[in-house]
Amino acid sequence: MAGDKVDPVHQFVVNKIVPIEIGGIDFSFTNASLFMVATLAVAAGFLYFTTSTRSLVPGRLQSVSELSYEFIASMLREGAGSHGMKFFPMVFSLFMFILTANMLGMVPYFFTITSQIIVTFALAIFVIGTVLVYGFYKHGLGFLNVFVPSGVPGILLPLVISIEIISFLSRPISLSVRLFANMLAGHITLKVFAGFVASLGTLGALGIGGAVLPLIMTVALTGLEFLVAFLQAYVFAVLTCMYLNDAVHPGGH
Amino acid sequence: MFVTAAYAQSTTTEGAETHDAAAGEVHTETGVAHEGGHGSGVFPPFDSSTFASQLLWLAISFGLFYLLMSKVVMPRIGSILETRHDTIARDLDDAARSKAEADAAVAAYEQELATARAKGNVIASTAREAAKAKAAADRTAVETSLNDKISAAEARIADIKAKALADVGSIAEETATAVVEQLIGGKVSKAEIASAVKASAK
Repeated sequence: MAGDKVDPVHQFVVNKIVPIEIGGIDFSFTNASLFMVATLAVAAGFLYFTTSTRSLVPGRLQSVSELSYEFIASMLREGAGSHGMKFFPMVFSLFMFILTANMLGMVPYFFTITSQIIVTFALAIFVIGTVLVYGFYKHGLGFLNVFVPSGVPGILLPLVISIEIISFLSRPISLSVRLFANMLAGHITLKVFAGFVASLGTLGALGIGGAVLPLIMTVALTGLEFLVAFLQAYVFAVLTCMYLNDAVHPGGH
Repeated sequence: MFVTAAYAQSTTTEGAETHDAAAGEVHTETGVAHEGGHGSGVFPPFDSSTFASQLLWLAISFGLFYLLMSKVVMPRIGSILETRHDTIARDLDDAARSKAEADAAVAAYEQELATARAKGNVIASTAREAAKAKAAADRTAVETSLNDKISAAEARIADIKAKALADVGSIAEETATAVVEQLIGGKVSKAEIASAVKASAK
């Protein structure tokens, strides 16, 4: 009975394709690895081949590449100022990688790598690590000013500083969980409603009539999920810009 | 689409009473909570046995992506945008310069036109003056020559008249001499006759 039920969690199972083990640690090439490489290939291939003609008057696809470039450039310039532009490759890579991964995840039967907490957590740690390393490298201990907002009365400072530290420490968690949870929840919801359609469809004429409602829901959710896929990549990039701003201007807020 | 062996096992044990898809979904979530401890039955994204492999492959693919972006794609897009920006700026400059040239040409043309028109007016008025002067000169010349001719003619008329009058005197003297000789038969001196003719002519 359970065997032919639709399992909404099955899509997140990591399967080994090529087992690799180095020093007792499992580094197998899995379906997750396959879609990371696919994300790399699709995103890099798109950006590479659409710009290869270097047309003065861009075609549609070249416009897409240029628009994403300028979109991230203006986002970073607004978020972290002109000094933050040295992180442009990083923010651009993050945005394009996450966006492509999210969009690829919308294709049926494709694995969504951003629905793996370890992936989003690794990306978030990469961002926070960059902020910490660059912040201390550039400003030394002055980077600690990031925990001391200006214009706060002395008596409130201990409280405010502890809040700032907690908020700073929770950044990698919120950054990673936000992306992970959105993708996970969206895909589960989509699968559940799609599952209703299949299950009700097997119950005869009445069931087929009843399956229309979850089908409409599935279509609507698919649209919503495309929005979420873009929005979460955008949110990740915007927050990355804000955190990088702390590294560039520690006393800025 | 189909649950894995581990799932199938747990779902059959825990969800025996669930038969529709909605209950199946709820049941799967409870299954997740219950399966937390079972190794491979763990909720897939939290299965730490896959973490090392995912981290490695993420590092490889994202690292490669980052390199491609920062070394190839972004400089290329940047140069495309810069070239376009420069081209547009240059074209705008060219356009502005051409416009300035055109404006200058128009101004020069109008200047020329005004000069030419002024010159034309000067030439026309000079020609008119000259023609007027020439006409006046011609007229005075003609008038003087006519006056000369008139006065010459008058002089000649006067001369002829005087000569004629003089001839009248001598004819009268001769006639008078002849008349007197016939009448009185004697000779009268020429001087007496001349004075008598002169007196009667007065």
